[in-house]
Amino acid sequence: MSKIGVFVCHCGENISATVDCAKVAETAGTYDGVAFSVDYKYMCSDPGQNIIKNAIKEKGLTGVVVASCSPRMHEPTFRKACAEAGLNPFMCEMANLREHCSWVHEKNEATTEKAIDLVRILVEKVKYNHSLNEIKVPVTKTALVIGGGIAGIQASLDIANTGHKVILIERDPSIGGHMSQLSETFPTLDCSQCILTPRMVEVAQHPNITLYTYAELESLEGFIGNFKAKIRRKSKSIDEKLCTGCGQCTTKCPVKKIPSEFNEGLGKRTAIYVPFPQAVPNKPVIDRGNCTYYIKGKCKVCEIVCPTGAIRFDQEDQIMEVEVGAIVVATGFTVKQPDFFPEYGYGKYADVITGLQFERLASASGPTLGEIRRPSDGKIPEKIVFLACAGSRDPAKGIPYCSKICCMYIAKHAMLYQHKVHGGKSYVFYMDIRAGGKQYEEFVRRAIEDDGVNYIRGRVSKIYEKNGKLIVSGADTLLNAMPVEIEADMVVLATAGVANEGAEELAQKMHISYDPYKFFAEAHPKLKPVETNTAGIFLAGACQAPRDIPESVAMASGAAVKVAGLFSQDELTREPIIAVVNRQAPPVYSSCVGCFLCVSACPYQAIEKEEIKNRNGEVIKLVAKVNPGLCQGCGTCVAFCRTKSIDIQGYTHEQMYTEVMALLNEY
Amino acid sequence: MAEFEPKIVAFVCNWCTYAGADLTGTSRIKYASNVRIIRFPCTGRIDYMLLLKAFDEGADGIIVSGCHPNDCHYTSGNFHARRRWIMFRSLCDFTGIDTERIKFSWVSAAEGAKWAEIVNTTVASIRELGPYTDYKKVAKYPEKEVIHG
Repeated sequence: MSKIGVFVCHCGENISATVDCAKVAETAGTYDGVAFSVDYKYMCSDPGQNIIKNAIKEKGLTGVVVASCSPRMHEPTFRKACAEAGLNPFMCEMANLREHCSWVHEKNEATTEKAIDLVRILVEKVKYNHSLNEIKVPVTKTALVIGGGIAGIQASLDIANTGHKVILIERDPSIGGHMSQLSETFPTLDCSQCILTPRMVEVAQHPNITLYTYAELESLEGFIGNFKAKIRRKSKSIDEKLCTGCGQCTTKCPVKKIPSEFNEGLGKRTAIYVPFPQAVPNKPVIDRGNCTYYIKGKCKVCEIVCPTGAIRFDQEDQIMEVEVGAIVVATGFTVKQPDFFPEYGYGKYADVITGLQFERLASASGPTLGEIRRPSDGKIPEKIVFLACAGSRDPAKGIPYCSKICCMYIAKHAMLYQHKVHGGKSYVFYMDIRAGGKQYEEFVRRAIEDDGVNYIRGRVSKIYEKNGKLIVSGADTLLNAMPVEIEADMVVLATAGVANEGAEELAQKMHISYDPYKFFAEAHPKLKPVETNTAGIFLAGACQAPRDIPESVAMASGAAVKVAGLFSQDELTREPIIAVVNRQAPPVYSSCVGCFLCVSACPYQAIEKEEIKNRNGEVIKLVAKVNPGLCQGCGTCVAFCRTKSIDIQGYTHEQMYTEVMALLNEY
Repeated sequence: MAEFEPKIVAFVCNWCTYAGADLTGTSRIKYASNVRIIRFPCTGRIDYMLLLKAFDEGADGIIVSGCHPNDCHYTSGNFHARRRWIMFRSLCDFTGIDTERIKFSWVSAAEGAKWAEIVNTTVASIRELGPYTDYKKVAKYPEKEVIHG
C-alpha cells in the first residue's frame, strides 16, 4: 500500500485567491493511499520544504505530490527536497495549480474542483511511479573537429585552451579554408591572411591539438562521451617526418599546368604541390590524378631532387581509429559552380567569374599579385559589373534562401576595384541590400557614397558578348523596370553559397539531420543553434547555413563552450526519462516480437537489435534494445510499439492510463 | 437546468503546449475551467488508444496539442503524431466515433493567448454537441464484463 503525501501550496495568494486550498488538501486526504495531506502558504520556502522532509521521514511516505506552481518552475526544487529526506526524487510529482488553474480561472467552485482533479490525477499517477536512478555515462575527454576553416580553427583553439585534447581533421592538404582565399575582409578591409595565418600556425604548434590534413571521416559509431571515429588519412605520397618543406620538389616538378584549386582555377600549380605559400602544414602532397609517375609509370623527378629522401610513391591510405567524447562539425560551404548560370555565360566567357575568383584576383598573394586583371587577356577592366543574388533567392534555381554574405562582399569587391583601378566604373545589380551587422550598412554606404559604385536595383536577364565586350542586359526596377544595358569588360557573379558536395553522406555517417539544401540542421533554431539532434555533436560555421567570418567564429566558440562543458564532467548524468524494452522470464524473454518499427520511429538511432542466446550460444530471439546514452526520452517508439513492449520511464502506459482514468472517474 | 459543462481532457507535450499553457497563466489570460491537462514528453508519445480510453471513461471532448511542425523538441515526434492522427481519424470515422470532439492543434511555448482561445472554442463547440453518450453505443460494450473463473 502506498503512502502518499499531498502538499498544497497557497503561493502567497496566487493560488489561494481563487482555489480553496484547505478543501483541496482535505479532499486529497480522503483518497486511498494518501497518508498525509496539508496546505501551507509557501511550499517552496525553507519551512515549506521542511514540512515535506519531515513528513517523508515521520510518515514513511512512498510518494509525494506537491500541488503548487508549474513543474517547469519548481520540480527540481521539490525533487531535491525529497532526495534529501531519503525518498527517490522520481517519486515526487507536481500538480500545476497556479499556471494551469488559479491564474486562468475565476474564483468559484469549478476552479477548486479542477484543482482537486489535478491533484487526484497525480496522486494516482505517483502510485505507479518507480524509483529511478540518474544515468551515468563516462566521458572521453578528447574532441574531434571536422574541418580546418576559420570555424574549425577557432573551435579547436578554444577547446585546446581549456586543457582538453583536440583532433582536427581537414580534407585539403592545408588548413585555412575559404578564409585563406579571401583578399580583404569586410567591414574593416583588413587583410584576411594577415589575421588568419597566425591562428593557423597556433593550431599547428598547440600541444593539445593533433592536426591531420588530407584526412576525412570514414565512419562514426557510439554516442555522447563515447564516440569511435574512423579517419581515413589519404596518402600524401611523402614521409611527413622527413620532409622539411624546402620546396625543391615543387619547383622541379615537370607537370606545371594544373589549375590551382586555391586560386579557383585562375592560377596553375604542379603535380606535387603546396596549395599556397602560407599553408599549414607547409609540406607538399602528390596529386596522383595528375602526376606523370602515377599515370605513365616514370618521372620520379621529385624523388631525385628531394634532399631528405622523403618521397614515398608506394604510400597507402591509412585508416586510423580514434576515441572521442564530442565532435564539432565545421565543414563549411562551397559556391555554385559553372553550368548553373547559362544565361550569364559562366564557363563560356572567360571574363565572367565568381566572387571567390575575384577574391583571388584582388589578393596580394593571388595569380595577378593583387592587380585586377581580366582572365581572358590580362587587361585591366575599365567597366566591371557585379551581380548580386546569382542563384540565391531564386526558387526557380532551387535556392530560395538568401546567401547572406554576398551583399557585403560585393560592396567590398566594388570598393577594392575602385581603390585599385582609378577611373574605373563599377556597377552592382541587386535585389535588396541586406547589410545587417555591426558597421555593415555604413560600409555599403561608403561604397556608394565615397567610392562612387553605381547600384542598380534590378536583375540581369542575360549576358552576351559583342565586339569584345560583355553586354549585361537587365532592368532598373527603381525606374519602372527600364531596360539597362552595360558594356562591361568583366562580370562578377555573387554565386549562391551552397552545402559542400558530400554533405549529405557526411551527415548520414554521423546521424545528424540536414535541411532540404543539405546544410546541417541545428537542434533548435533559436535556443540550440550549435547543437545537433545527436547529443555530443555540435556545429560551427557555414556548414549549418551561409554565414560570414564573425558569425562563424562566434558559433565556433559557442560550440567549443558546449564541448568544454561536456568535458568538465567525468561522468555524464542524465535524467532517466528514457525508453526501455521489457524483459521477461524465459521462455518469453520479452514481449517484443522484433518488428523494429521503433527503429524507424526513433529520431536518435537509439534503438539497437539485441540477440538473446541460449547456453549454447544459439540465437533464440531478436529483440529491440534502447541505448540509454542516445535515448532522449521522446517516447515516439512507445506509441509505435504494436505489442506495448517498449515503455518510457516516468510516462509509462500504467501511469498515463491511470491519469486518464483517475481524472474521469468520480470519487 | 444548469448549462451542460463538458469534460475535456487535453493531451499536451511538455515542451511547447504545456509551456504555452504556463504562459497563459503567467499572462493571466482567463479561459474555461472545463479542461484538464495531462502532460506527455512529446505528442509522439501519445498513444491514441488513450483517447478512446478517455471517451470510454466519460470525456466529452479531447484536445491534442504539441509543437508546431519543425519545432519539435525531439525533431520529429510531432510529425509522427500528425501522421498517426490522420490514420486514427479515418479509423474513427469508419467506426463512428465523432472526430468533431477531438481537436488537434499546435501551440508553441510563446502562444499563451492561442491556448486560451483553443480551450474556449473547444469548450463552446463541445457544449453545443452535448454530452458524448453515443460513445458507449459505438463501442457496444457488454453492460457487465463476465469473467470466467
